Amino acid sequence: MEALRLDYGEAKEKVEEEMKWLERHARKFGTFVGGEFRFSPSPAFAPSVDPCTEEVLAECEQAGKEEVDQAVAAAAEAFKSWSALTGHERAKYLYAIARSMQRHHKLLAGIESLDNGKTIRESKNIDVPLAVRHFYHHAGWAQLQEQEFAGYRPLGVVACIIPWNFPLLMLSWKLAPALAMGNTVVLKPAPSTRLSAFLFCDILKEIGLPPGVVNVITGDNEMASYLVAHPAISKVAFTGSTSVGKQIRKQLAGRDVKLTMELGGKSAMIVLQDADLDACVEGCVDSIFMNQGQVCCAGSRLLVQEGVKDKLVTKLKERIERLRMGNSLDKNADMAAINNANQLRTISTFVDEGRKEGGEIFQSNLSFNPSKGYFFKPTLILGLQTCSSLSQDEIFGPVLVLHTFRTPEEACLLANNVRYGLAASIWTEKTCVAMEMAKKIRAGVVWINSHNVFDAAAGFGGCKESGFGREGGKEGIFEYLLPAWKGKVKQGKAERRDDGQEQGVGSNSKMSVSSEEFAQVDRTNKLFVGGKQVRSDSGLSVPVLSHNKELIGHVCNGSRKDIRDAVEAASSALSSWAAKPGHSRAQILYYLAENVSARARELEQRIMTMTGCSALEAKEEVNVSISRIFSFAAYADKYGGSVQETTLDGTVMAMHEAVGVVGIVCPSSHPLLSLMSLLAAALSRGNAVVIIPSERHPMIAADLYQILETSDVPPGVVNVVTGSKQPLALVLAEHRAVDSLWFFGSKDSIAKVESASADSMKRLFVEEESSRDWFTSTQETTLELLQAATHVKNVWIPHEM
Amino acid sequence: MAVNTGGVRREARTMMTRRSVRGDAQVPWLLRAVSCLDLTTLAGDDTPGTIARLCAKAKEPIRKDILKALGFEDLKIQVGAVCVYPDRVSDCKHFIGDSAIPIAAVATGFPAGQIKHEHKLEEIRQAVADGASEIDIVIPRKLALAGEWDQLLRELQDFRKACGHAHMKTILATGELGELTRIYKASMVCMEAGADFIKTSTGKEKENANLEVSLVMCRAIRDHYQRSGIRVGFKPAGGIRTAKQALQYLVLIKETLGDEWLDPSLLRLGASTLLTDIERQLFHSAFGCYPSACEMPMP
Repeated sequence: MEALRLDYGEAKEKVEEEMKWLERHARKFGTFVGGEFRFSPSPAFAPSVDPCTEEVLAECEQAGKEEVDQAVAAAAEAFKSWSALTGHERAKYLYAIARSMQRHHKLLAGIESLDNGKTIRESKNIDVPLAVRHFYHHAGWAQLQEQEFAGYRPLGVVACIIPWNFPLLMLSWKLAPALAMGNTVVLKPAPSTRLSAFLFCDILKEIGLPPGVVNVITGDNEMASYLVAHPAISKVAFTGSTSVGKQIRKQLAGRDVKLTMELGGKSAMIVLQDADLDACVEGCVDSIFMNQGQVCCAGSRLLVQEGVKDKLVTKLKERIERLRMGNSLDKNADMAAINNANQLRTISTFVDEGRKEGGEIFQSNLSFNPSKGYFFKPTLILGLQTCSSLSQDEIFGPVLVLHTFRTPEEACLLANNVRYGLAASIWTEKTCVAMEMAKKIRAGVVWINSHNVFDAAAGFGGCKESGFGREGGKEGIFEYLLPAWKGKVKQGKAERRDDGQEQGVGSNSKMSVSSEEFAQVDRTNKLFVGGKQVRSDSGLSVPVLSHNKELIGHVCNGSRKDIRDAVEAASSALSSWAAKPGHSRAQILYYLAENVSARARELEQRIMTMTGCSALEAKEEVNVSISRIFSFAAYADKYGGSVQETTLDGTVMAMHEAVGVVGIVCPSSHPLLSLMSLLAAALSRGNAVVIIPSERHPMIAADLYQILETSDVPPGVVNVVTGSKQPLALVLAEHRAVDSLWFFGSKDSIAKVESASADSMKRLFVEEESSRDWFTSTQETTLELLQAATHVKNVWIPHEM
Repeated sequence: MAVNTGGVRREARTMMTRRSVRGDAQVPWLLRAVSCLDLTTLAGDDTPGTIARLCAKAKEPIRKDILKALGFEDLKIQVGAVCVYPDRVSDCKHFIGDSAIPIAAVATGFPAGQIKHEHKLEEIRQAVADGASEIDIVIPRKLALAGEWDQLLRELQDFRKACGHAHMKTILATGELGELTRIYKASMVCMEAGADFIKTSTGKEKENANLEVSLVMCRAIRDHYQRSGIRVGFKPAGGIRTAKQALQYLVLIKETLGDEWLDPSLLRLGASTLLTDIERQLFHSAFGCYPSACEMPMP
């Protein structure tokens, strides 16, 4: 019997077809522009290498500026007709793409594994099917465009910059929604993984996609930076490292280019003591060893409840010993190669650092030692603590760092104790505990008893330094649309008065005010921080003038430190405000409206004095403000989210959560109405806010202090800092604890705010002053504010009866 | 000797208006505060796991990139000590390793001190045997309140002996002593008995460290030094949560006792959450913007 050895033998994927395809292109790729493969007159080439063997598979052109110009021009030209097609016409193209990808499933998977180094099992079972599913799902959105997105229009030419970890899948995540909504695309694949994009172009030719709708160019970073800054680009959809994301954001500050940023992560896999530990071990394999850990949402931090740590570690070590490494085409390989030599070096450096810091490094005793290829063994590191760089920075490799915790509460604190906020998984049999934890964890995706599960019907994306925007789901569609009224010339009241210099003045406005003011006791307008009226740290006040340049009072000249204090107050008020039932927040907003109404006359007078409008106009502004507060009070319990219809056997919930601490820098037009619209939207969805009122009309905010105090708004939920708008806004923009900034100002100041926000990766909602008619309230304007006020978190709950 | 309460209040209040450390000038002050910090956890739910995290943070209290941006990456900055319950000393010993950070244990029936004298002595001896090099003892408040100063002196001398080579830090629990004069006298008795440090509070009283009692205790230290030539250290503890508060204590000590006392051998700040706030302020000095608390690795 001993002669019978039950080895798996060689089970290697055959790649004759893949080789034939490469040969058909003579193993040379240029660009794909205007529907055809091209080469520039004197092309420079860079090799595409198989990471498992270091053999050159093909050569791709390093395109330059000229090729970018051509590609963008082709896309812009194609946009005219592509965007004019009906949703149904585009749906048919997307459907054809999906069908054709399915027909070439094996070829796509083979090329992906050869070029990327991932196992053929993953590219066949995960990458390609998910990519196909993305096109099917978005064919559906294209079909429904006229019904579901009637008030919206496509953006134009979208630059898609994708990474090397899931080349074909990331291509699909970007192209499917962009094309579905009528945009055209210039795609730049990552330098080390370009081949599947060209195979995809062959598919586009096969199905007869109109020329120029999709263009692919390959090149270096300089080329990419030229592409994103191209004046004809309306949107940049970027997936990659946080540092490059920040550069792009700075580069595009003030350019009115819409952005999606899918960046790095340091996601936690949390194991509670009641969890099935064997399931958790398999979960680790999915979460950190899938694709050699080169997954932005990889569960790279294993948080284990103290009581089961030793048991789990024993099981995990035993499992790691059984992981098989091999060539990407080996069907028995659990893991294959790291994508490129640079990344391999990065991973090794991190692990060496961990060793130096005293971490206990566990790697399997695999006998797999090929002379070529970029392989790194699965690694578990024990004994490091939160302050280790391995616990804070993204490693992007098969390296798992373990920490322990005592209580679910502490697990959430640890999960949140990083710059990133992409994903997390929670392992327990108590789904009710997991659900509360899922709420407390700041991330865009939370999986229960699973990790790294994806589907086109559920948005993927993060918060904090993991970026913003979603890919997939209805939430992802809005990333490729604009409300139709935007960018068009506004008419109506916004223009009529009070932007820029004062115009004609309502004649009856002044006298009644002055007589009342003389009767009043002198009033000091302070700042409003943490529920109290406080003096500014600067100790300075600035005069406020009426529309006809008369002194009507003073307000505090708030400083950097006042902003700091206000953010601090908002941060501590946030969690209990966000956790209040929508009903309670609605009650408070209605009460606020009630108190505004009770002081309507006073506010009307103030508006007249400040802006010089007529009594009638002032009355209307107050009335509409009250109605606006009512609208958002109504929405406090009517925008909670939805159930996503994914392919998972289970429930996936898109929960609309508060964004967090929101800075609101108000426009000067219609000072009461604009402030109230923004404030009510933010409060309705559970955000805590720091308001900088318009510099010209700060008194209106000061008038609100007493109203806020009597409306049961909890201390710290609303904070107001008056003073010089631009410098204060920049402090908010740079402040890392401000999760989103809503800014209304000049084009120039928007550029500054966008640039200052780049490092913290906060979400922005910016608009040029007086481009909005505050009196109009439509479905789109309301939805836009609700979207700005919420963050979509998809929670995945498998069914397990 | 009587302490004039109104005078102390006035002095404590105005001292802070007469001295100001702002902007980048704060950086060396805050780094010094870190090196004088007794990073503390005194909770019923302390476990070996949390002690491991605390010890790691004690060794690397400020993020490397912050120190680098401030130009202090070569400064091997560590906290003054870690401070725990006696039963966690051996965990600390294990996780602190060879990094020379002293381990402080609270003892003598902390925080109330309502256990038998012999048990207190045994508790001290055991903590020292487990590896504590500093013992934070609580004084029996009933003796101070009754004015039985001789008895207090004797009991403290017993503690001193039990500590052996370990430093003795005596906690007055000022919030339970009632008046500033009594605080002054208790300080003197502690120093007489051989305390290496006198410390304000356990952090568990209703009223913890404040500038007024600190001023009285620092004056006692000064008086004792002038009389005996012995420098006794000072440790305010409890309720010190912000970098701003820490700076106030440093200013008070600099003004009352002089620069010599601004050193871990003569000054400790007892706190658990203070470090995160100091790290945030240093982040601000390093990068010019305010950070979010979640970016600071939690202890």
